[in-house]
Amino acid sequence: MSADVPARAAEATAQPDGTGHFGRFGGRFVPEALVAALDELGEAHRTAMADTSFRAEFGALLRDYAGTPSLLYTADRFSAQAGAKVLLKREDLNHTGAHKVRNVLGQALLTRRMGKRRVIAETGAGQHGVATATAAALFDLECVVYMGEVDTERQALNVARMRMLGATVVPVTTGSRTLKDAMNEAMRDWVANVDETHYLIGTAAGPHPFPALVRDFVRGIGDEARQQCLDLTGALPDAVTACVGGGSNALGIFHAFVGDPDVRLYGFEAGGDGVETGRHAASITGGTSGVLHGARTYVLQDADGQTVESHSISAGLDYPGVGPEHAWLHDTGRATYLPVTDAEAMAAFELLCRTEGIIPAIESAHALAGTLKVAPKLAADLGREPTIVVNLSGRGDKDVHTAGEYFGILDKEENA
Amino acid sequence: MSRIGVAFDKARADGRAVLVGCMPAGFPTVEGSIAAMTAMVEAGVDVIEVEIPYSDPVMDGPVIQKASDIALAGGVRTRDTLRIVEAVAATGAPVVTMTYWNPIEQYGVDAFARDLAAAGGTGLITPDLIPDEADEWLAASDAHQLDRTFLVSPSSTDARLAMTVEHCRGFVYATAVMGVTGARTQTSSAAPTLVSRVRAVTDLPVGVGLGVGTGAQAGTVAGYADGVIVGSALIRCLLDAPDEASGVAALRTLSAELAEGVRNPHR
Repeated sequence: MSADVPARAAEATAQPDGTGHFGRFGGRFVPEALVAALDELGEAHRTAMADTSFRAEFGALLRDYAGTPSLLYTADRFSAQAGAKVLLKREDLNHTGAHKVRNVLGQALLTRRMGKRRVIAETGAGQHGVATATAAALFDLECVVYMGEVDTERQALNVARMRMLGATVVPVTTGSRTLKDAMNEAMRDWVANVDETHYLIGTAAGPHPFPALVRDFVRGIGDEARQQCLDLTGALPDAVTACVGGGSNALGIFHAFVGDPDVRLYGFEAGGDGVETGRHAASITGGTSGVLHGARTYVLQDADGQTVESHSISAGLDYPGVGPEHAWLHDTGRATYLPVTDAEAMAAFELLCRTEGIIPAIESAHALAGTLKVAPKLAADLGREPTIVVNLSGRGDKDVHTAGEYFGILDKEENA
Repeated sequence: MSRIGVAFDKARADGRAVLVGCMPAGFPTVEGSIAAMTAMVEAGVDVIEVEIPYSDPVMDGPVIQKASDIALAGGVRTRDTLRIVEAVAATGAPVVTMTYWNPIEQYGVDAFARDLAAAGGTGLITPDLIPDEADEWLAASDAHQLDRTFLVSPSSTDARLAMTVEHCRGFVYATAVMGVTGARTQTSSAAPTLVSRVRAVTDLPVGVGLGVGTGAQAGTVAGYADGVIVGSALIRCLLDAPDEASGVAALRTLSAELAEGVRNPHR
């Protein structure tokens, strides 16, 4: 390890400010009825993070139940294709198969600390719903998951998983019947039942303190990866990459590196059919500043501020907003956000399957595809092979049907 | 004093409450919503609250969501709302606008305030804008002499309630229940307490909304509040009707019943 590399991750930024703003983003655009609950949550979060017994309990759960720290794996055969040394942060190996378990365990602990007995959650593909139902079972909490009716049909297996774990799944039939409408319905439930209920939000979005709180619970990804990279290579990586929907996995891995100016941060948004077609979910690249779901951030919207439906092959990235800290990291230039199309993501999906024997979540395949795109430029800039840490945020078991249809291998089997 | 303030003063002198009736702009169509709101005024609604339809209305229950969806599917724009405000204000009734924040932010806060004032609107009710985030609106509403109605809730602390009320002008909106809009069989027991908490810190009139759907409920709320705000029950008249004419007829009947209710406060 070279002497000028700090051995520990810096407490990178003082953001957000006391009222939850990341620059001009974030804040609280909520009904007054929720302010008391958000204040209570903020206070619980603040005291919990300062409480060594809370941190110890959270740490033990992450280790003994979730299976972290996750591995940092040198993907040699994928690296050869990428022209970079690619280190995969294997969040796909966590219990429930994604980084999300970190967030739900942290928030379940907070729920108990606040003396609440019921959690509600929104879910798109069902991954956050399954993770929430898992934590609710473990902590003996009542659990209600709101899921767009369209998504309950697309993801019937995850609906069954949530029910097996004891959760009630409520199909949402309003609006576009997808993730954003599930989020609206969860907010409505929360307004009505806020005394006994915690809204266990699934990403680093929403009103203050959610973006900071979720980031704090998932930041272990980056803290671990930073140390693992130093141990493995003797230096920090040249770049860290992740996919960005709401953005929790990306913030989770970025946060530890924000204070390392030589480490480039890349967030890859879901470009769908291509940002130029209008059918995408790239809120930063293809959206504009606005207010959605309690925070000011980048939003896919029309000229009147009506939210526009997003499109992506990845249900987990199919959201018309993004966490406000990403909006701020974009504006300050600290992180770079680029779109990756469905086709590019699926090509990278296939490449990882064939070179490494790892089936990634389609969300994570966006990070892999983006890495393939930026690696040559990095190599040219540095004049050597770059080292890139990629957040492999989830496993692809849930996507086998989608991928099977995409590659036409289900049909082949039927026709055989 | 604003036109809404005058309406509240007059009602107070008459020993009754003001009836505020809410309707989404462009529901069922732009012209249809003007006809509906005009009918409400003719049947005794004192103040019209025009809601700007929004794609993600988190404070609204199923009735207003459905009406907003219909309005948006019909292509209503924010500028149509201003035209509706102008047409309804021509009846002589004060017209206040209720809106989620993003449509205003996209229109331009000062531009919207300027155009709303020009259309004859009295001000804004802002369900998802709290004074903490409202600097731009505070400045624009001052510049264009518009009223500001922020919401207070049973869960508001005393400090927040005082701070929120301090930023209000025209009237204060007290949300009677912890929940979204929509008529309920029983009005809230939390509302009288909330209204008296507001009265302890201001002389501004207090309107109570969320859950009122009948003349009897209006009379109950009129017993302790200065204004009775009704939305979903009125909107349902149009949603449930087989055609527009019978919908407007039902709307007149309910408006008259509610107007009678606010004239018979149960004290």
